[in-house]
Amino acid sequence: MNRRIFYIAANTFREAVRDRVLYNLIAFALLLSGAAVLVGQISIEIERLVVINLGLTAVSLFGVVIAIFIGIALVSKEIDKRTLYTVLSRPVRRWEFIAGKFFGLSGTLVVNTFFMALGVFGALLYVAHSLHVPDLRVLVALYFIVLQFVIITALALFFSSFSSPLLSAVFTFSLFVIGTFAEDLRGFAAIAHGLTRWLATAAAYLVPNFSALNVINQVAHGEAVGRQLVIYNTAYTLAYTVTVVAGATLIFERRSLK
Amino acid sequence: MVAGAVFLCCAISSVLFLRELDQVRKGATLQEFLYISSPKLLKHLSLGYEGLLADVYWTRAVQYYGGMHHAGGGNYQLLWPLLNITTQLDPHLIPAYQYGATFLSAQPPAGAGLPEKAIQLMEYGIKHNPDDWHLYYDLGYIYNDVKDYPRAADAFERGSHVPNAHPFLKLLAANMAQHGGELQTAQMLWTSVYETTNDKYIRENALWHLRAVKVGLDVTEIEKLVAIYRKQTGHRAQSFADLARIGLLQGVPLDPVGNEYQLDADGNVFILDPEHLPFVEKGLPPGYVPSSFPKIPHDR
Repeated sequence: MNRRIFYIAANTFREAVRDRVLYNLIAFALLLSGAAVLVGQISIEIERLVVINLGLTAVSLFGVVIAIFIGIALVSKEIDKRTLYTVLSRPVRRWEFIAGKFFGLSGTLVVNTFFMALGVFGALLYVAHSLHVPDLRVLVALYFIVLQFVIITALALFFSSFSSPLLSAVFTFSLFVIGTFAEDLRGFAAIAHGLTRWLATAAAYLVPNFSALNVINQVAHGEAVGRQLVIYNTAYTLAYTVTVVAGATLIFERRSLK
Repeated sequence: MVAGAVFLCCAISSVLFLRELDQVRKGATLQEFLYISSPKLLKHLSLGYEGLLADVYWTRAVQYYGGMHHAGGGNYQLLWPLLNITTQLDPHLIPAYQYGATFLSAQPPAGAGLPEKAIQLMEYGIKHNPDDWHLYYDLGYIYNDVKDYPRAADAFERGSHVPNAHPFLKLLAANMAQHGGELQTAQMLWTSVYETTNDKYIRENALWHLRAVKVGLDVTEIEKLVAIYRKQTGHRAQSFADLARIGLLQGVPLDPVGNEYQLDADGNVFILDPEHLPFVEKGLPPGYVPSSFPKIPHDR
């Protein structure tokens, strides 16, 4: 990574921390410790399952909310505060600014996820008294959740590069919801005919596929995640994210900032 | 300062008023309805987080059953929909099948009295978890409860073919096919529950059922001896000492909690303290009506 991108990323991370984004970790810790203690008393034989399901779902939802609400303001905030002009008046290219912002927010989410993962394993240790090899599969689910954040960050940045924060939030959240139905959409495309089939197929490939990135329930039951799924999910996320960030760069390059 | 005082007063008042409201509208928080009854719709609405939703619904089913049970029973009309939603959201949630089927099959007021739904739930569980022998075992158990011994034998037999299945499934299948409905079979079933569960409450429950079965077996055996005594001597035994005198007994027989068995003038054998031996069916004192909710004694 070139130094200019690194500095912008580091500043984005610092700004997010200054905005008290990591305060969500407190809510997460309370949620998880409460669940770990309470579930054993109000349910039967699902303590471990709840810690994993609740822990990973919370990691995912907290991260998605952060990715959307920070991501949509990444560009517009800089324009509103007029700090963007200061940055771009230096030898910083617009694509470097977009890339720096993307890496900065992604880094914030990785750090956030790391601390939450510690919380999940801590709670698991509390309810199960020991960790076993199948528990390590939770790491794969966490990795997929990070991949999900990377895509959402890219999408939020993309919409932020040409739209208002409110609309960007609506667009990104809509794509998150639609993305969870990506497999249904492809199934619908497969049974449709004519123009509908083409449109549905195009939509199915256009929206991000979040359903393949969700293996929470699978790892909660101690089931292994195939190596191929890890490889293809990584490759897919990389390709999709680069496409979206490149799209954001293309729009931002042509945007008049006067 | 004033704002702080107002905040504190109003917060406390709202809690107090809500408590009063709960008193006025008793049971309102446990009203029997499901906002969404379609598992498919719920699965879609969960946005991929159906595992957590299944845990929530399972906990709700447990709370619903526990609440109804505590309140003295009822028609448990939400139990099946709650369990159906739970297992469709997460078909691998094994406790929902194992305990849910028990809740469904138990006769009212202890359960919903829906063994056919319990069997449906269990078959759905087996379809999605064919390698879990516990489910076949529980299915056989339900068939045994409804006295469908051939199907019970079949369920145990199917379970015995599952890799790593407990060897007693084969024995149960054979025993069920030959002696379905007999006390020895019940003893075998409860022994297997006692030996395989890790849950201390289930283990304790199984132990008390085993004691009840032991009473049934003891009473049957002692009544046989009483009949032999009458045949040999030509008159009824007045006490166990009569039976001991001619060598039929070593002394006064004791029940599983250490009390002496009782013998009445008609030759009936029964236990002294049925309150301390729940689940007993054979050997209850004449005129004693057992509770619908037998309580496990904790002082023994």
